[in-house]
Amino acid sequence: MTTTLDPRAGTHLSAGELAAVRADFPLLRRTVRGGRPLVYLDSAATSQKPDVVIDAELDFYSERNAAVHRGAHQLAEEATDAYESARAEVAALVGARPDEIVWTSNATAAINVVAYAISNATAGRGGAAARRFALAPGDEIVVTEAEHHANLVPWQEVAARTGATLRWIGVGDDGRLRTDELATVVTERTKVLAFAHVSNVTGAVADVAAFVARAREVGALTVLDACQSVPHLPVDLGALGVDFAAFSGHKMYGPTGVGVLYGRRELLDAMPPVLTGGSMVEVVTMESTTFAPPPQRFEAGSMMVAQAVGMGAAARYLRELGMAAVAAHEAEMTRLLLDAVAAVPGVRLVGPADQRDRVAVVSFVVDGVHAHDVGQVLDDAGIAVRVGHHCAQPLHRRFGVAATSRASAGVYTTADEVAAFGAALATVRPFFGLGGAA
Amino acid sequence: MSGAMEQLYQQLIIEHAKDPHGKGLAEPYAAESFQVNPTCGDEVRLRVHLAPDGALERVSWQGQGCSISQASISVMSELVEGLPVAEVEALGEDFRALLHTRGEGLQDEAAEDRLGDATAFTGVGKYSARVKCALLGWMALRDALLQAGTSTTSTTSTTSTEEA
Repeated sequence: MTTTLDPRAGTHLSAGELAAVRADFPLLRRTVRGGRPLVYLDSAATSQKPDVVIDAELDFYSERNAAVHRGAHQLAEEATDAYESARAEVAALVGARPDEIVWTSNATAAINVVAYAISNATAGRGGAAARRFALAPGDEIVVTEAEHHANLVPWQEVAARTGATLRWIGVGDDGRLRTDELATVVTERTKVLAFAHVSNVTGAVADVAAFVARAREVGALTVLDACQSVPHLPVDLGALGVDFAAFSGHKMYGPTGVGVLYGRRELLDAMPPVLTGGSMVEVVTMESTTFAPPPQRFEAGSMMVAQAVGMGAAARYLRELGMAAVAAHEAEMTRLLLDAVAAVPGVRLVGPADQRDRVAVVSFVVDGVHAHDVGQVLDDAGIAVRVGHHCAQPLHRRFGVAATSRASAGVYTTADEVAAFGAALATVRPFFGLGGAA
Repeated sequence: MSGAMEQLYQQLIIEHAKDPHGKGLAEPYAAESFQVNPTCGDEVRLRVHLAPDGALERVSWQGQGCSISQASISVMSELVEGLPVAEVEALGEDFRALLHTRGEGLQDEAAEDRLGDATAFTGVGKYSARVKCALLGWMALRDALLQAGTSTTSTTSTTSTEEA
């Protein structure tokens, strides 16, 4: 049974509600490393899956499997209905219309759809309507120094293909974006402004309103990497006013192999396709082809239908929990994680130390101990964290480190788990023969 | 802390990580290899210095990474000093084989004797995510020897993605 939180409960989950949430996630019952309870603090890398998501995929394959959007039989109808209902569920979670939701294989693919559509428009594809996406030498693409490689490398490539110049907004010592630089870095030459809603390293939440306002002043398209926000905060893409957004299923308690590109309807309408072939066409002759309207225009070939259905179930699960309650619970985990890291001598936080506008993604450096070794000692205590550069090498370079360790919470994270993490973190430096103090 | 951690992080490994052998790039050198572990950003730049008879006089290196990778490069630097290239390559093969025994060891006393201190990394094989840490320096050494033209093995290229 799905847990439903009482939205009137307000600020946080009761012990009973949290226990019920945890019971929804079968994997959380297993042990690791010789019988230790699993403390899963790696939800920013990938979240665990509730029964409703696992069951949705199982149900699709067991009861409804057929090719979608073709065929006249009952199964085809049911499969198509499941696929499109899932689209509507995801749309409802993020304040979008269903026809503004394009299924992609993951968030990286979603960003690349925009990037390659821009390249195709630059090459003249899509006709007059698509000219608004074309780039030329002298045009600029602006990103931030905090981006995941998925929202950086595609823009480097677009710049290389079109002759446009890549520029970026910096990150301050506090781990927050230098929003003040918008005024100087984003100019009339800026055609694309791509940035993460929430950094997957620092946990800092971007001032989306300021980014969107500046982009509108200069007529730039905005592309939001919403991978770390959609699972953890109430997100209304329509209200935020971004032009495009990308997020993945597997980080929001859904399956792997599925993600979403959100695009404002009029932009998707004008955008040329990227992958071409079956299922995305209207009329095909031997000479030429007309393309289907979005979202089908961007869904070429057989799609990941079962995963999309699973992602729809995840969206429904989150909506039934209530994103305000999810965010309130995780804000409490943020506070506990920040306190845990601050309490251990020789451990340095990378990212904002205050709770304002940040989520429960807490990266840190242990003086004298490499992140891999930190992760190994925590793992020995049953605690799963991420180590490395978290696909954000420039941000790590900005802070003068090659790697960090990162603890990240999900809706199922408990105060006891954070306490276990803090206790294990305190053993790391002594294990490697280093003093308690830095 | 469990015994598994003491078994993985043997005292010898912690000591080599703290005070590594051969660290600091030296001139002149026969060839150099730069290897990165793209998943975690660990990196090593390693140079081979050859004796007049073609033997490996020594290696020098600069790098950053976890204690397993740094200690492994250090132990390797000690181990291969002054050896004929063919022997260095045989040691490399033995070490790679050792790391793929999932912590069981080679069951080959002669080979383990030749590996000496490098057998301290046997336990790393239990942790598949760490195997590449221990092999980083050995990959750089194999690549540098190939580049120096002294390798006795075929030159069918080494790549940074070859070892898992």
